[in-house]
Amino acid sequence: MLSDKDRIFTNIYGLKDKSLKGAQSRGCWDGTKGILEKGKDWIIDEMKASGLRGRGGAGFSTGIKWSFMPKEVGDRPHYLVINADEGEPGTCKDREIMRNDPHTLIEGALIASFAMQAHACYIYIRGEFVREAEALQAAIDECYENKLIGKNNVHGWDFDFYVHRGAGAYVCGEETALIESLEGKKGQPRLKPPFPAGSGLYGCPTTVNNVESIAVAPEILRRGASWFAGIGRPNNSGTKLYGISGHVERPCVVEDAMGITLRELLEKHCGGVIGGWDNLMAVIPGGSSVPVMNKEQCDNAIMDFDGLREHGSGLGTAAVIVMKKDTDVIKAITRLSDFYHHESCGQCTPCREGTGWMQRMMHRMVIGNATVEEIDLLEAVTRQVEGNTICALGDAAAWPIQGLIKHFRPEMEARIAAYQAAKNAAA
Amino acid sequence: MPKLTINGNEIEVENGLSVLQACEQAGIEVPRFCYHERLSIAGNCRMCLVEMEKAPKLIASCAMPAGEGMVINTDNERVKKAREGVMEFLLINHPLDCPICDQGGECDLQDQAMAYGGDKGRYTEAKRAVPDKDFGPIIRPFMTRCIHCTRCVRFTEEVAGTSDMCGTYRGDYTEIGTYVEKAIETELAGNLVDLCPVGALTSKPYSYTARPWELKKTESIDVFDAVGTNIRLDARSNEVLRVLPRLNEDVNEEWLADKGRYAIDGLTKQRLDRPYVRKDGKLQPTTWEEAFAVIADKLNGLDGSKFAALAGDMVDAEAMFALKLLAESLGSKNIDCRQDGAKLDASVRASYLFNTTIAGIDEADACLIIGSNPRWEAPIINARLRKRYINHGFKPAVVGPNFDLTYKTDYLGDTADVLQAILDGSNPYAETLKNASKPMLILGQGALAREDGAAILALVKEIADKYGFVSDEWNGFNVLHTAAARVGGLEMGFVPAEGGLDTAAIVNGGAEVVYLLGADEIDTTKLGNSFVIYQGHNGDAGAQCADVILPGCAYTEKDGTYVNTEGRMQYGYKAVFAPGEAKEDWTILRALSEVIGKKLPFDNLVQLRAKLVEVSPTFATPDEVQPAKWENFGVKGDIAATPLTSPIHNYYMTDPVSRVSKTMAECTEALINPKQRTGTNG
Repeated sequence: MLSDKDRIFTNIYGLKDKSLKGAQSRGCWDGTKGILEKGKDWIIDEMKASGLRGRGGAGFSTGIKWSFMPKEVGDRPHYLVINADEGEPGTCKDREIMRNDPHTLIEGALIASFAMQAHACYIYIRGEFVREAEALQAAIDECYENKLIGKNNVHGWDFDFYVHRGAGAYVCGEETALIESLEGKKGQPRLKPPFPAGSGLYGCPTTVNNVESIAVAPEILRRGASWFAGIGRPNNSGTKLYGISGHVERPCVVEDAMGITLRELLEKHCGGVIGGWDNLMAVIPGGSSVPVMNKEQCDNAIMDFDGLREHGSGLGTAAVIVMKKDTDVIKAITRLSDFYHHESCGQCTPCREGTGWMQRMMHRMVIGNATVEEIDLLEAVTRQVEGNTICALGDAAAWPIQGLIKHFRPEMEARIAAYQAAKNAAA
Repeated sequence: MPKLTINGNEIEVENGLSVLQACEQAGIEVPRFCYHERLSIAGNCRMCLVEMEKAPKLIASCAMPAGEGMVINTDNERVKKAREGVMEFLLINHPLDCPICDQGGECDLQDQAMAYGGDKGRYTEAKRAVPDKDFGPIIRPFMTRCIHCTRCVRFTEEVAGTSDMCGTYRGDYTEIGTYVEKAIETELAGNLVDLCPVGALTSKPYSYTARPWELKKTESIDVFDAVGTNIRLDARSNEVLRVLPRLNEDVNEEWLADKGRYAIDGLTKQRLDRPYVRKDGKLQPTTWEEAFAVIADKLNGLDGSKFAALAGDMVDAEAMFALKLLAESLGSKNIDCRQDGAKLDASVRASYLFNTTIAGIDEADACLIIGSNPRWEAPIINARLRKRYINHGFKPAVVGPNFDLTYKTDYLGDTADVLQAILDGSNPYAETLKNASKPMLILGQGALAREDGAAILALVKEIADKYGFVSDEWNGFNVLHTAAARVGGLEMGFVPAEGGLDTAAIVNGGAEVVYLLGADEIDTTKLGNSFVIYQGHNGDAGAQCADVILPGCAYTEKDGTYVNTEGRMQYGYKAVFAPGEAKEDWTILRALSEVIGKKLPFDNLVQLRAKLVEVSPTFATPDEVQPAKWENFGVKGDIAATPLTSPIHNYYMTDPVSRVSKTMAECTEALINPKQRTGTNG
């Protein structure tokens, strides 16, 4: 378990002073100027060495992502965009950072912007996060007042930080859709290439990072890459905010080391699964977009990118959704299908048509009003969507259902048999 | 020049092509719905997926730039399966109502379903349906059939520039439509029907009329404006049912303006289908022999100076030429093809042509529009100007009517003193012209068809000379015509010879016998004392005041030559037979000439065209533009302070055909009148 001294987010529960003074007393904004003075190349190299993988779900190395930006600023300005459109069902880590520890984020934004030679950073906050946006704005105002950011600030790098609130579309968490929405257009993902580092916001080089990825950067640079790299397993290093919800005694958001076992995570921090570990039925370990895992997989699952991939799932945003034995897992996944159907932007064919088809079939699966062959059809539909769409929403809609069919097909078949039996009995 | 391997064959393609275009060059067809050469890339239909080595997922070939060393597979099992998947998805919410759909037979979805569709449906859930919408008089939408390719959205956004269409809602509730229910407000709306790959946007006037395989297709040229849009006439039995654009990169790309497409229903209304002679003050049906006899009687012994001829805006060059020769044989110098009285100088070609050429707009870096509203005078050219604008080529400046041209302009004013200020350098726009390397100007008929037209022409020429509009490889001086016949007439010299009467003098009663060849855009009130012969196809102003009516052919009913505003000579072909006793126009004149004993020197079209070539080499080179020599023209003089205006006040009604067209009347009602109404109307 992570010791307190290794925690990056020291006020994630908001129990301490959230103001700038309070944050500074906990180490924020300490020696920021010194970090900047070491130069952008040092910062990017250090980020690479730390092994930090993006905390938004895809797990791409943050340092390498930063290095994709053009080395020198050409005739187009560079931008940093922070993705705070935390819409993934089950995920609720970024809001805690913005609410309770916003200065880690602002300091990280300054450093990241400097490293990428950007003078402006936009943070796109999910529309529903009203208080979070207010708290962050208050912290930003404090920083402006104290000349930590803004024009002619004490750090010697002109930097503006703009808060933009979204309007509540899940797909706007996809980086290119986010950029479209930020530009004032309909939030629909763009085609790649071109990638944002070449042509992003207003056609300028842009990097889009998750809130957590940015917020951990100052502490990594202060303590050194080797400290961060020393936590967790190789290629899966550092600490991570986990958000555990569902059937545990005490759902919570907690910072712990990468590579902690699922069982330890649940039992140490959440008081365990309701009714004990053996009452566990299934876990979705990384937010709604990753495949569900059954009990056997959960027994020895390690919570990091590679550890969960071994089980055919993924770390995603590390939003652990726990389901105990008496959960109607078909209904639970159907709820996710409803979500993806509702949130599909409608731009590309497989996702637009496929999410609706899957959702309608899932609703029949819940009551068993289907044939066994239709389970195969459902599976085939998910395969038809997967990988053929512009963004990852199609995959995200397909994977939970694939996980369900893989692990819980007997339940689905039993449901169908029961429905048929009831129908025959009535007839 | 990237070299890539497609299906095992290596091919080298030009830079900047997409994988899809590279495949096309390799002779491999990639199915697509959303991709269109002239629109931005959306990549949303996912039909064009291909396999690229080293890419984990299939790629959308329309959006992927072809790169060096790429290995592309377009026909393996994985690609086929993915395309079949996409096709199935497209069809699950499609109504499959092909038997009652107007797109049947020319539907991309239908065609590609033959290749990639399943033998039976697997979708048993409820289908989506979209309520009926009203897109105005031209588009008949069936949005339930829509496959959300967004071609229409991109067209109105990019080409038409009116942003009428959009996608509202999201997911499978997405609906393509107008934000608020309204008519599509572009003069290029008909192109949406061509663009739509399915039967979602169909043609309202043509709805439920014919199947494509029943139609006889004839190539022709649009005569409703001076652009010379290449068209195809689709006819069944003896009626042209629809008009479609043909591809011509130099002229219309693949667009066609709405008037040219939909005014054809006017060709079945108020047709002059037999000769008439005025007896006892009333027009009475008669025979060709009698009509000719009446004319011959009138012309007998008439002094040539008492005969005058006016050519209309839609007539073919052959008829005009025959009339010119007839007038000459009678000893008359009184001929004019400039119905509007435009002060065009037929002796200097460069003074009346669109010298830059339409395709040349793509190279210009400054544009000054004078006394013209190109959006209504030539929607196709306006679209080209807009294309140049959105490619950051120029931001046009306007002197004349302040109209929404669908792109941003610098509005300089509406009187000619602005031109004077540009010339002497006191107008800030002079700076832009000075810095431009390929400036162009567009001089509209609104600036020329006035008393001081020649002075304006001279002034504009001075501007062109001063700011380097004309060099060895660039000519930025352009006259935008509104009449399809005009340039042809000028090329052959259908203007009064020295001492002859011009249009104004003729309509003021300067001649005893006036021959109107499809000329209706004149003030006929003062023609009362003249003996008027009207030859044309639709009963309009000219026929009303006529003493003899000779029924001629519309452009769909004869082989004809038209010269567009660039000076590009093009042939149109006969698609259907003229109604009743109407005859092809040049044959009428040829026959008449024999009756009055002045037999014209040709017996068929070939001979006539050979004679035309002798008059002007323009007629020797079909489809090409002969550059014009830059010479002196215009007559310096005082210019009145009256504002420059456009001659067109209602795009949808400009000639005898569109004035009787039902569709054009509906367009006027839906699109023109609402804007002219005030809050107190109705």
